[in-house]
Amino acid sequence: MLYRAQFPRSVFEELDRLQRDMQQAFGFSPSIRGRIRGGFPAMNIGSTPTSVEIYLFLPGVDPKQIELNVEKGVLVVAGERRTERPTAEAAQSDTKAIVHIDERFSGRFRRVVTLPEDIDPDQIDARYRDGLLHICIQRRKPAEARQITIQ
Amino acid sequence: MNESNEITQQVDEGREPVPLAPYVDVFEDASGITVYADLPGVSKEGLELNIKEETLTIRGTISLGTPQGMEAVHAEVNSSKYQRTFTLSKELDSEKTTAQFESGVLKLRIPKGEHAQPRRIDVRVD
Repeated sequence: MLYRAQFPRSVFEELDRLQRDMQQAFGFSPSIRGRIRGGFPAMNIGSTPTSVEIYLFLPGVDPKQIELNVEKGVLVVAGERRTERPTAEAAQSDTKAIVHIDERFSGRFRRVVTLPEDIDPDQIDARYRDGLLHICIQRRKPAEARQITIQ
Repeated sequence: MNESNEITQQVDEGREPVPLAPYVDVFEDASGITVYADLPGVSKEGLELNIKEETLTIRGTISLGTPQGMEAVHAEVNSSKYQRTFTLSKELDSEKTTAQFESGVLKLRIPKGEHAQPRRIDVRVD
């Protein structure tokens, strides 16, 4: 207890608190799954008067293995990503085998996006290039204004 | 964060965007080091690898191909650049580095120099 009294506020504690405050202030809290920057895959969404553009950052995934579904105005992207890593046997036979940094996502993923109401589920175009999945969904043409005659 | 008006390609004139640090895996074995880096959205032309003295720098430019007049609604990737730097160590023979880049994943193999390869030294007892 003497130690605590002598160092009522350690520098590290202060830094940690500051970091947490910053995260709260910017509206993102650390996930229980350990990723601050959102889930996998990361997603950007853009809007034009005629379409909704969705970009999913999915590096190193076989496009044939990506499941893409739209149902009742909800878009679901799911699949699995396997990353290459040293095998257990290699690690055992090679005593120098070490994992220094392990940050890349590995395993099954799933992301769900609620789409705007005016999209046309029959006009969806999805392309995969350079680890980026670009989904372009056309909006329905707005119904033309009609004059209604009062009988 | 969701209200960001900037999407990766819309960069203010004359201001360098703050690059994102790409996620990496780094494995070491007896003969060298393997680095995997996730650089989604970067084409072969947009990738820049640099090894100078003992510093390895990975840079990439993201090209989304956004249509004209697109307004960003939600952006988790809020920069158009990736950048990450590593300090190599002396036993690595960086001149023999090989690189592969496919569907947004960069794989680098940096072998250890001949002198740094593990050798078994026989101990003679006279």
